[in-house]
Amino acid sequence: MHDKQVRRRRAVLALLVGVSLILLTAYFGESQNSPLHSVQRGIVAVLSPVQTGASKVLSPVRDIANWASDTLRAKSQRDQLQKEVDTYRAQADLYRTKALQYGQLSAEIKLDQSIGADNYDPVAADVIGRDPTLWYQQVTVDKGSNDGVALNDPVIGDGALVGKVTTVAGSVSIVTLITDHSFAVAAQILDSSGDTGVLVPAVGNPNALLLQDLPGHAAITVGEQVVTAGFKQGPLQSLYPAGIPIGQVSNADQNQLLNNNQVEVAPAADLRHFDSVQILTKPFAGTERAQVP
Amino acid sequence: MSANTPRLILRLALLALITVVIQETAVSQVSIFGVSADLTPLVVMSVGLLTGSLPGAIMGFATGLLVDTVLVQTLGVTSLLYIAIGYWSGRLRELRDPAHGLVPLAAGAAATAVAGIGMTLIQFLLGVDAPVSFLLVQQIFITVLVNTLIALPVFALVRRIITPALPDDPRRRRRRAYTTGGLSPLQSPSQRLGQIPRGGGQ
Repeated sequence: MHDKQVRRRRAVLALLVGVSLILLTAYFGESQNSPLHSVQRGIVAVLSPVQTGASKVLSPVRDIANWASDTLRAKSQRDQLQKEVDTYRAQADLYRTKALQYGQLSAEIKLDQSIGADNYDPVAADVIGRDPTLWYQQVTVDKGSNDGVALNDPVIGDGALVGKVTTVAGSVSIVTLITDHSFAVAAQILDSSGDTGVLVPAVGNPNALLLQDLPGHAAITVGEQVVTAGFKQGPLQSLYPAGIPIGQVSNADQNQLLNNNQVEVAPAADLRHFDSVQILTKPFAGTERAQVP
Repeated sequence: MSANTPRLILRLALLALITVVIQETAVSQVSIFGVSADLTPLVVMSVGLLTGSLPGAIMGFATGLLVDTVLVQTLGVTSLLYIAIGYWSGRLRELRDPAHGLVPLAAGAAATAVAGIGMTLIQFLLGVDAPVSFLLVQQIFITVLVNTLIALPVFALVRRIITPALPDDPRRRRRRAYTTGGLSPLQSPSQRLGQIPRGGGQ
C-alpha cells in the first residue's frame, strides 16, 4: 500500500516536471504567432476584465502602501532633487537661449514641426498589472487593439520612454519595459557632439541602463540627457521617434568608455511606480524631415 | 478519493487564481526597499505544508503556469520552480510533521530563496546575458526578507481557507489530543487516565 503511494507520488511528480520542460522547450523555440503564444494571449484577454476590476478595487490599498513607502524615502529624495534643481536651473537658461535660436532658424529653413508626441496619436492607458520578478520587466495596461494599439508601439510614461508594446489583445496590452533583457533602442546623448549608441538594460538592476557602442574618445559627463535617436536609413527606420527623453548619464567612467565603449544611464521614469502611460499608436508619424534648401 | 476532495480542488483552484490576480494587480505595484513581495511561492509553500507533497506539487505547477500565462512569460519556467517548492514543503510535512508555529516562517524564506535563485539560474541557462551583480544578490535577499515577514499571515490565511475542505488527518487529531490533553478539551489527562499508582510500579 505504502509502495503504491510512493510510486504514484513519483509518477505524478515526474509527469508535472516533464510537462513543464516540454512547455518550456516548445515555447522557447516558437514564434510570436505560434499556438502556445496564441493560447496565452487568449487567456490574457479572458482574464483582462478581472485584472482591470481587481486593479480598480485594490487601488486604495496600493496607494496607502505606496504612500507609506514613499514617505520613508522622501527625505533622501528631497535632498537629491534639490541638487538636481540647481543643476537644471543653470541648464534651463542655456536651453532658453538655444530654443530662441532654434525657433528663428527653423522658421528660416521651414523645418517640419510634426515631430512632437501629439502627432503620434498617443493613447492614454492605466497600468493594471505588474511583474514582480527581476527578470521580466513588464506591465499590463488596459488598452489594446480595440483602441488602436499595435505591436511594437513605443510607450511613454512619467515623461520619458518606458518601453514598447510586445503583446496585444482586444482590451489589454503587455508593455515590455526598457529594463527588460530583450530591449534595445538607438539613443543619443545631448552633448556637444551628439554621440549615439545602443541603449540596453543592465539586467537585474531596474535603476540602470547601459549606452553601448559609443566612440571611446567621446567627451561625456555625468548628468547629460539621453534621448531616442530615431534613425532612418533606407527602408530601415527606428520604431521610436527621435527626441523622446530616456534618462541621464549616471556614470561616465573613462575606463569603461575606452575599454567597453559604454556609459551608465539612469532612466528618467520611475519604472516601478508609474500608474499611467501614453502609447504612441502611429510610431512613424512626422518622419518627413525638412530639407535645407 | 474522499468526499472532501472536489471541495479541496475547487478551493485550491480559486486560491491560485485570486493569489495571482492580487499579486499582479496590487502587491507587485507596491515597492518595499526597492523590491516587491511575492505571494505566490508563499501560497504554494503553505498548501504543501498543509496538504502534503502531491497536492503541493500540483498546486505549484498550476500556480506557476498561471503566473507564466498571465504575465506572458516563457511557459514552464515558474511551474518548474513552484513544483519543487510545493513538493518539498509537502515532504517536510510528511517526513517531519513540524508542529512549531514558526515553521512557515523558515519555509517561506526557503521557498522565496528557491524561487529567486532558481529563476536566476534558469534565466542564465536560457541565455539571458546578465552580470552576476551584487545588486541582484541584494534584491533576492531583500525579497526573501520581505516575504519572510509576511509568511506567517499568508500561511494563516491559506490554512483558514483550505482547512475546512481537508480530510480529517489522524496526525492532526493525535496532535490535538496531545495538546488539549484528550479528545475532549474539557477532560484533563489525570481525569482521563485515572489515579496514577505510586511506588514505582513494584
